[in-house]
Amino acid sequence: MEKSLKIAIKELNFFYRDFKALTDISLDVYAHEVTAFIGPSGCGKSTLLRCLNRMNDLISYRRIEGKILLDDQNIYDPNVDVVSLRRRIGMVFQKPNPFPKSIFENVAYGMRVNGFKDKAYMAQQVETTLKSAALWDEVKDRIHESALGLSGGQQQRLCIARAMAVEPDVLLMDEPCSALDPIATQKIEELIHQLKETYTIIIVTHNMQQAARVSDITAFFYLGELVETDKTNTIFTRPKLRQTEDYITGRFG
Amino acid sequence: MFKNSNHVQGRRKLLQFIMFGFFRVSAAINGIALLAIFYFLVSRGWRAITWTFLTQPPIDSMTKGGILPCIVGTVCLSLGAIILAIPIGVASAIYLNEYTFQGRVLRMIRLGINNLAGVPSIVFGLFGLAFFVVYLKMGVSILAGAFTLAVLTLPVIIGATEEGLRSVPDTYREASLGLGATKWQTIYRVVLPAALPGILTGGILGLSRAAGETAPIMFTAAAFFTPSLPSSIFDEVMALPYHIYVLATAGTEIEATRHLQYGTALVLIFLVLGLNLMAIIYRARLQKRR
Ligand SMILES: Nc1ncnc2c1ncn2[C@@H]1O[C@H](COP(=O)(O)OP(=O)(O)OP(=O)(O)O)[C@@H](O)[C@H]1O
Ligand SMILES: [Mg+2]
Repeated sequence: MEKSLKIAIKELNFFYRDFKALTDISLDVYAHEVTAFIGPSGCGKSTLLRCLNRMNDLISYRRIEGKILLDDQNIYDPNVDVVSLRRRIGMVFQKPNPFPKSIFENVAYGMRVNGFKDKAYMAQQVETTLKSAALWDEVKDRIHESALGLSGGQQQRLCIARAMAVEPDVLLMDEPCSALDPIATQKIEELIHQLKETYTIIIVTHNMQQAARVSDITAFFYLGELVETDKTNTIFTRPKLRQTEDYITGRFG
Repeated sequence: MFKNSNHVQGRRKLLQFIMFGFFRVSAAINGIALLAIFYFLVSRGWRAITWTFLTQPPIDSMTKGGILPCIVGTVCLSLGAIILAIPIGVASAIYLNEYTFQGRVLRMIRLGINNLAGVPSIVFGLFGLAFFVVYLKMGVSILAGAFTLAVLTLPVIIGATEEGLRSVPDTYREASLGLGATKWQTIYRVVLPAALPGILTGGILGLSRAAGETAPIMFTAAAFFTPSLPSSIFDEVMALPYHIYVLATAGTEIEATRHLQYGTALVLIFLVLGLNLMAIIYRARLQKRR
């Protein structure tokens, strides 16, 4: 299958007030691949991720230069509708953050805000997405109970299901497993494997094994710069730069 | 090196003991003051509380009979005030907390609201008289009184609502926006429901405040004496706090009606407690539904 370009980040600079958090980032993300962002804490991985669905718009003192093309359209064009952009780019956060509503309502939320009313369709869609998030069997008997009663791992899969229910093209995941135990983590990783058939996935992780297991492409960041990016296999076996090697082998200062 | 440790420990323990004692006494003073007021009112007013007292209008130049018109008046005024103040207060709080980036303008508005909270209530009364009664031609009426009380309770409601909104974690907002919800959908579907207990608390506080105020309604809504119940929002009404004030300062038999004054105060307190209790039960049910 021919690789198709999904997102192209072009010469991106990002500032919080005077602090330059991202410097001259250029990166291509291909459809139906998993791209992993790795790098030490504070290097700007989350900042970059939140540029991709314009979540950074919520910060008044941020400034941004450069372009991000999603299917060849600059998402920072003044005439882009941020709301429909975010429908196309789903996000899963570091800490599971289900709404204080029922499991059903959590998954249905995206449909409701997008104006769906058909009850039967909604119920069907909730079931399908919960199944693809490998959560249906665990929750089917308590679908109308509060989502806050689920375990952390279940909550995180619920959040993934919630994001999938609006049928986005791209899924952004910011350390989705950092609050989870190994078993829950494994379930999410299996899920990511299945999901890349349908979605383009970008995942931030501090766990090198995880990056190696789930991703096709790995991008290594340091101090706001993109140091090296390549096929995950190459990065983990024959990195070009010393800095990258030091980081993935844990010899990093 | 550890030679002094016993000595130091002893001093720390003593200090801890003194501080704890101080905090305990402070807390106790609060409780005792409340109990003392309550005891004072009950012991002097309980004789006045009869079925007639609660269900009849005053008679014989307000030296006998009941206080029904005052109860009805106070309920109308305070509920009216809350119905007017909650939408405006909640909308202001949403604007301040959700729609604006922190900045100078916002600080000015906050300053204004805080100052509003510090204005003496008689000033609200005069403002209500000049603005609602005279300028807007509402006359001395429930409507004018409710508006005046609404202005008075706004800072309370705005403050409590803002507190409630701030307690909603940003992760909810981000999750909602990330799913392609608009800002208003996010506020309406996620933030407001999560902030509702805080808003209700504001409503409760505002209601208590409105029910107990005398000065703001003195020129805007309260009648010295009217035996009939109000038939519309344009009528003037008797009200519990004003009735107490009238009996205690301008009645024909000030000394002989003392028990009526205390009885009225007792009714006012129970009315406020009852209204609060309803709101608290409702809030608890809301929180359990999560
Ligand atoms: N809202 C903000 N305001 C100001 N500076 C910020 C803000 N958010 C992040 N930063 C700064 O920008 C830099 C990059 O932060 P970012 O959160 O993107 O790092 P990260 O790579 O995701 O780190 P971590 O691995 O710890 O999550 C850091 O130096 C951080 O202090
Ligand atoms: Mg981060």
